[in-house]
Amino acid sequence: MNKISSYPVDGKFGRYGGRFVPEILMEAITELEKAYDQAKADPAFQKQLDYFLAEFVGRPTPLYLAENLTQKLDGAKIYLKREDLAHGGAHKINNTIAQALLAKRMGKTRIIAETGAGQHGVATAIACVALGLKGVVYMGTEDCERQRLNVFRMKLLNTEVHPVDSGSKTLKDSINEAFRDWVTNLESTYYLIGSTMGPHPYPMIVRDFQSVIGKEIKQQFKQKTGGLPDALVACVGGGSNAMGTFYPFEDDDIYVKLYGVEAAGQGIETGKHSATLATGTEGVFHGMYTYILQDLHGQISETYSVSAGLDYPGVGPEHSFLKTLKRADYVYVNDQEAVEAFLMLCKEEGILPALESSHALAYAIKLASRMHKDQSIVVTLSGRGDKDVESVAKYMGMRI
Amino acid sequence: MNAIQQVIQKQKQNGYRCLIGYITTGDPSPLQTLEIADALIRGGVDILELGLPFSDPIADGPTIQNASLRALKAGTTPKCVLEIVKQIKTKQDIPLVIMTYYNPVFKYGVKRFLIDAKMAGVNGFIIPDLPIEEADEYRQAAKTAQIETIFLASPATSPQRLQRIVDASSGFLYLVSRFGVTGIQTSVEDTTVNLIKKVQPFTSGKIPLAVGFGISKPEHVKRVISAGADAVIVGSAFINIVQRSAQNHGTTLKELELAASTLKVATKV
Repeated sequence: MNKISSYPVDGKFGRYGGRFVPEILMEAITELEKAYDQAKADPAFQKQLDYFLAEFVGRPTPLYLAENLTQKLDGAKIYLKREDLAHGGAHKINNTIAQALLAKRMGKTRIIAETGAGQHGVATAIACVALGLKGVVYMGTEDCERQRLNVFRMKLLNTEVHPVDSGSKTLKDSINEAFRDWVTNLESTYYLIGSTMGPHPYPMIVRDFQSVIGKEIKQQFKQKTGGLPDALVACVGGGSNAMGTFYPFEDDDIYVKLYGVEAAGQGIETGKHSATLATGTEGVFHGMYTYILQDLHGQISETYSVSAGLDYPGVGPEHSFLKTLKRADYVYVNDQEAVEAFLMLCKEEGILPALESSHALAYAIKLASRMHKDQSIVVTLSGRGDKDVESVAKYMGMRI
Repeated sequence: MNAIQQVIQKQKQNGYRCLIGYITTGDPSPLQTLEIADALIRGGVDILELGLPFSDPIADGPTIQNASLRALKAGTTPKCVLEIVKQIKTKQDIPLVIMTYYNPVFKYGVKRFLIDAKMAGVNGFIIPDLPIEEADEYRQAAKTAQIETIFLASPATSPQRLQRIVDASSGFLYLVSRFGVTGIQTSVEDTTVNLIKKVQPFTSGKIPLAVGFGISKPEHVKRVISAGADAVIVGSAFINIVQRSAQNHGTTLKELELAASTLKVATKV
């Protein structure tokens, strides 16, 4: 078999992925793939991207040993990959700045994006301002409500926010609407997808641009300890921060365990969750063949999580591939465990994590206590939690 | 020659072009769909396109999105749609095609669904999120079940792709008239007329050319037909009638019949 990292082959990760899109988009995604291949081979593009990542995004982000937390848990050492310190407050900017550069190279003037928690929307808005592009973001009305702060941030950043009132009024519906905009404005518009999902080549492009996270982890961990971590833990909604974390470790480091943490919401048994890989079945959704949450008739299920960024009934096809190969384990954490982890990191380390990242943290906390003291876990702290303080207060029955 | 092409051919011989009418099955309820279908056929619809509702229809505008949601709320399932097809077919000798997204077909089982559909009386399928590159299994199953595979072409489709799409299509080619999603608009643009003229040489003598998206008025129909279309597809305009007069079902049926007959008259060459 080929190395895992050599996928996608012909647009597919094993049987996952593909291009299940309306005919009208086929030429556009083919054109995108060509443009991406050319950019990847062009040292000038890489140089430009490196410049923005260093000078504008603030990379590399630190790999921080959470000593207080480690001491308290009395298990494996916990390191935090501080994507929350990237400009905009999340890993999303790694991808948006890179894709916006690609869009500009392709001569596009208008960028559209979907957003759940608002982090990808904000990161898109930032990239658009920095590169002089027009930004338009679709966001479910339910998400606009629970992430009001980010809606206002996008507006401050000169970006149009279109509330989407159809379906479950969350991330999946904002993606539907972004696709509809794209087919209507194909000529001028670049669809900047925010996760490792959608039709080929998006899952590959977003993974490549996010894999700066895993590359840095590898290098920084080696510098600190001389070896490799025993486990990597990251949260999975669409799966971009996890894919970016896992990718550089996919092939040669089989002793590095990979854990993707999904949102169990109010509990798997209640049906109010977004644990797609853990409980879903295979199907076709948003341009890809992958695991999805659906009913008996193939209708997409409505999902739930306290964190808007994980509230999605699909998942990137490469995660489905890693699950099938058993290269990564996909586990879940419920709302309550995530909020407890959120509070613990605030109290122990003085770091306010995003609710999405708190899911990864909650699992790492469980995992650490089962591991030896001389072992290490790296948790990707995909974003900061300032946007979530209102949701957390509400969850705790408090008003700010 | 298959049933779809026979009907298109017959209309041509009589000096008409073909009117294809779309409705979302189960909107506002499965039972009413039967009466709505009857009304459209009485009005002069030559081929009926039945939408099998999907929760996330990315190629559709608000009219069909809302119709799909109403149909799903009313409990419409794939089996239910096939049952309605059976009932229409027992009364009417008219080609029926199903329009749906790929996931409901996949979930049912592609082979099994196409065989069940054929047994119910379905003549063809339109699956807008299944481009030819992903359609091997479906095409194979359709061949076995003897069901027509109606693929879509768009204003963005290159001549090379167009050739491959025409080769993969049977029944008719569904040409998307413009950049965008389904839904009515005020006029048919010059770009649509030019697009039809560009595509027509590829289909001529091979497969009928049907044009859809944004066609709602007799003058639209005339324009598209004089540009060279063998058939026109009207959907959102009918659904708007269903939606507008949801309270008074009798009026809805009369309005639908009238709308269909006005459009049918416009298909006279």
